[in-house]
Amino acid sequence: MTLRIQFLSLIFSLGTAAIVFELIRKRRIMEKYSLIWFGSAIVLLILTVWKDLLEKFATFLGIYYAPSALFTIAAFCGMAMLLHITVVISRLTEQNKTLAQEIGLLRHKLQLLEQNDQSV
Amino acid sequence: MHKNDKLLVIMPAYNEANNIASVITELKSTELPLDILVVDDGSTDATAEVVSCLDVHLIRLPFNLGIGGAVQTGFRFAVQNGYDIAIQLDSDGQHIPQEIPKLLKPILRERVDMCIGSRYLQQTEYQTPLSRRIGMIFFSIINSLLVGQRITDNTSGFRAFNRRTIEFLAENYPIDYPEPETIVMLGRNGFHIQECAVNMRKRKSGESSITTLLSFYYMFKVLLSITAALFKTFRKTGALSL
Repeated sequence: MTLRIQFLSLIFSLGTAAIVFELIRKRRIMEKYSLIWFGSAIVLLILTVWKDLLEKFATFLGIYYAPSALFTIAAFCGMAMLLHITVVISRLTEQNKTLAQEIGLLRHKLQLLEQNDQSV
Repeated sequence: MHKNDKLLVIMPAYNEANNIASVITELKSTELPLDILVVDDGSTDATAEVVSCLDVHLIRLPFNLGIGGAVQTGFRFAVQNGYDIAIQLDSDGQHIPQEIPKLLKPILRERVDMCIGSRYLQQTEYQTPLSRRIGMIFFSIINSLLVGQRITDNTSGFRAFNRRTIEFLAENYPIDYPEPETIVMLGRNGFHIQECAVNMRKRKSGESSITTLLSFYYMFKVLLSITAALFKTFRKTGALSL
């Protein structure tokens, strides 16, 4: 792995961690949703700094050019994040639907109560 | 019919200001002992205003949820207010209120959990647009295989449900294009389904929710949902579903 790629990768993973941390500090993302980002950044950081590990990993996978293994892992992390986000969105959609239904039901109940009040 | 059975007609409505009043009038003229609930699914026209003058229950959803979300609201209302039987009826005038007793009969007399009003069980006056016929045959084959009983009209939204089914569907109901999926959900979870032949009209005005362009997406989406419904775990409700 050339020094330039190593440097770029280092900047990238540190930068990601820094941005995510900043977003938490500003309360723009919640801690529980940041974990997967930090996890990914740390994995990339370790493989960037610990060159031997990356080489071993690449050999194990049968990848001749070690930085390619790094990209593969980065892509995998990206996929994991998207999947995680899809799960979160699905849950929110379901909760959102239930809330809308409850609001409709409550509004109706409230209207009945108000009508009863007026007629008394 | 049990004297004390409480009946609810659930009418999901999205931008049906032009049709809904005449459907409700027709429904009331049947003089069946039923309550009417309109679920206004975030309409942008005067649907809610029209309905609020008609002395029926009206639930207004704060935004558009899609047909499934609207119908499920009706099931929740039925559960909360102790209804024994729910009838789902379109607001566009396609379903004929006079046909409701046909749907009720199997539920009241034959311990059926859901009764579907079918256009294809017998030769009726209803003419299906060609574009939809292929999809219907497709679902008919798939669902019949999965449920182990012949279902001729999988997309019909003219249905009646007993209390046990209402409780199950109040917890588990698909959001969009719910009809075919519901059959699989119920059929695979031990609910008794039956069809009965009914007449339907052509739509009076407005667009069908399924355009030709969307029909491929529709078929793919429903196929996926049906497949998933085979393996999903559903929320069981209370002791009644045991």
